[in-house]
Amino acid sequence: MSQKYEFSFPVKGDNFDDAGKASIQIKKRLKGLGITGDVLRRTAIAIYESEVNIISYARQGNINIRVTDDNISINIRDSGPGIADIKQAMQQGYSTANDRIRKMGFGAGMGLFNIKNCSDDFEILSKANKGTLLKILINR
Amino acid sequence: MTLHEIRELLDARVLAGKNHLDVEVKTAFSADLMSDVLAFAKPGSIMITGLTNPQVVRIASIVDNSAILIVRGKIPPDETIALAEKLEIPVLSTKYILFETSGRLYANGIVGCIRKIEGPGSVVPL
Repeated sequence: MSQKYEFSFPVKGDNFDDAGKASIQIKKRLKGLGITGDVLRRTAIAIYESEVNIISYARQGNINIRVTDDNISINIRDSGPGIADIKQAMQQGYSTANDRIRKMGFGAGMGLFNIKNCSDDFEILSKANKGTLLKILINR
Repeated sequence: MTLHEIRELLDARVLAGKNHLDVEVKTAFSADLMSDVLAFAKPGSIMITGLTNPQVVRIASIVDNSAILIVRGKIPPDETIALAEKLEIPVLSTKYILFETSGRLYANGIVGCIRKIEGPGSVVPL
C-alpha cells in the first residue's frame, strides 16, 4: 500500500547561529523513512540551501516536505522581499548577500543554482515585497 | 588513507571523533566557501577548511563528509566540537596552511572531488 508522509519545519530569519539545524533534523527524519544515498543527499543539500536563504533574506519561512513512494516534494515559503529578477538570481555567482552572510562562508551566489542541480524539477514563484515560494521535486 | 594516517602525516590534533579514525578517505575538498562545499564535495570526502564555526559541522553532515580537517592551526570554539561529537564527525586540526595541507595529501594519493569547472553548470569529473 502506498504511504504518504508530510511534515513542516518553521525557520526564523536572521538566526545565523541556528542555520542548518532544521535541515539536519529533516535529513534524519527522511533517513528514518528509508530514504538513503544520493536521493537523501540531494534532498538535504537543497533543503540546506533553502534554509540559509530564508535566514539570510527573510523574516521567517517554512519548509514543507511531502514524501510518497515515488518522490519527495519540498515547498519552501518565505515572507521575504521576493526576487525581482529570477533569471539573474539563478546565475552562478550572482548574490545580494551582505558581509555578515559572507563571513559565515555563504553568499557566493551558488544557492539557487545548486538547488536546481539537486532537483529533478524546480520552480521559483516570487512576488516583490510578498515573498518567495520554491517548489523542489526529487524522484526516489 | 585512513584518518589515522592523515593525522600522522599532518601532525594534526584530533579534536572530535577519536573513535572514528579508521575511516578510509580517498577524496578531499578544500574551501573556505561553504557554498562551494555544498555544490561540489562528494560523499565520503574530507573537508579541508580554515573556517571553525558550527556551520562547518552542519555542512559536513549534510554532504556526508567523512571528516573535517581544519588548517592554519586554528582551534574551533567548544560549540563546534560539541556538535561534531554529537553528529559523529571527526575534526582534526593541523598547523599547515591550506595549500601545504592539500599538497601533502595529494602527494599521498588523495584526489579532489572534481577536476575543474568548465562553465556554468559544467563540472569536469576526475
